[in-house]
Amino acid sequence: MASPRNRRPGYSRRAQYSLFIGYVIAIAGVLVGAILLLISKLDPPAFSALRAGTAEVTAPVSWGVGSVVRGIGAIPGWVGSYFGVHGENARLKEQVQRQEQVLLKARAIAYENIRLKKLLNMREPAIEDIINARLVSSSASSTRRYALVYAGIAQGVHAGMPVRGPDGLVGRVIEAGPDTARVLMIIDPESVIPVRRLKDGAPGFAAGRGDGLLEVRPIAMTTGQFAPGDILVTSGTGGIFPPNVPVAKVTERSRDSALAMPLARPDALDFATVMKTYLPPPPAPAQDTRP
Amino acid sequence: MSRPPSAFAPQTSPTGQWLIPVGSVMAGSLVTAIPFIATFPVLPPFGLMILLGWRLMRPDALRVWAPIPFGFFDDLVSGQPLGSAVMLWSMAFLAIDMLDQRLVARDFWQDWVLATGAIAFALIGGRLIATGIEAHVDTLLLFQVIVAVLLYPFVARLIAWLDLKRGRA
Repeated sequence: MASPRNRRPGYSRRAQYSLFIGYVIAIAGVLVGAILLLISKLDPPAFSALRAGTAEVTAPVSWGVGSVVRGIGAIPGWVGSYFGVHGENARLKEQVQRQEQVLLKARAIAYENIRLKKLLNMREPAIEDIINARLVSSSASSTRRYALVYAGIAQGVHAGMPVRGPDGLVGRVIEAGPDTARVLMIIDPESVIPVRRLKDGAPGFAAGRGDGLLEVRPIAMTTGQFAPGDILVTSGTGGIFPPNVPVAKVTERSRDSALAMPLARPDALDFATVMKTYLPPPPAPAQDTRP
Repeated sequence: MSRPPSAFAPQTSPTGQWLIPVGSVMAGSLVTAIPFIATFPVLPPFGLMILLGWRLMRPDALRVWAPIPFGFFDDLVSGQPLGSAVMLWSMAFLAIDMLDQRLVARDFWQDWVLATGAIAFALIGGRLIATGIEAHVDTLLLFQVIVAVLLYPFVARLIAWLDLKRGRA
């Protein structure tokens, strides 16, 4: 097939000029794109208002489609659970009995912990939840890992707040719009989270790799490597994430770091809890210099 | 660009003439609104693929500078830094225009090769812009490119069908 486009628009000056100007605009587009890119690299929140405005429109649609998909997707689950219900019942009863003991012990420890903290007169910031909201969509075509949560400034969500799912940490809010907020997930290649090992408190950093896993490095080499099976929780260092939120489980050890699987499986997420930033950000320096 | 309408041209409504290409490309970009939380880049860049389809099959449907507004819209919904698609898509389309002048005749296979080049360029360029070089996304990106390239013929069919609708509208 010959190219359908007739490159030469004929003898009409007007058509020739319009083609020429079209190319001028197209080349200018490359430059405009480069400039926009430079601005968004140097000042990432520069276009957050535009993105939030678009998200205002797409989030309700995603939410609506999601409700329908979840409704249909639940049907095989109903059928399956109808047949598997007896075996599951027996298994769960046994599990409840086993965990009763652990729970009692944990309650006793929690009580003792509160008492000891009171004795020491320790002051601790409260861990407060802002709101529970639905995660409606994500940046599925990009190498960055963002999720859109259907709650924004109107619901008290602001940039910097940590977000957790039922199983573990999801990420933190980086841009908040009127009714939506963008969450930088912990598996994003630019996310780094201060963690510690649950069993002995050995500190480390968990950085996203971009492929759904986390890379964990210990802060001090003397505390030893993280080994497969270790559970990592947030340490509270840095003041954004509250301590003791589950983050990941180490699966594999490599030379000077370890691989970990996030405990909050993002593809199974639907609800997330936006939490208050653990420590309030330090006051602006202008106020400090006042005599 | 747009040729003067001849008396023999099929009767078409001017609104459908531009609304169908523009709407289809924007709908392609909006596929990222599907209610799904991805762990890695799984979704092919449908906005770019549909835009490429129109460019390669009906070059007169959209202007030469069409990648600028469409790229801007895609950046707003894709999570890439704003400006990356504006730049990369414009570059890819200028390259296609240059190759178009060299090629005397082309059929679907050449279209597919051009689309492959443009998709790979836009995705790899987008990865380099958005994510640091040390991120472990390259294997996944390769799969994303392969899936997008394999899906291109279906997108081309969709556009052929939309074009038929457009003619009849």
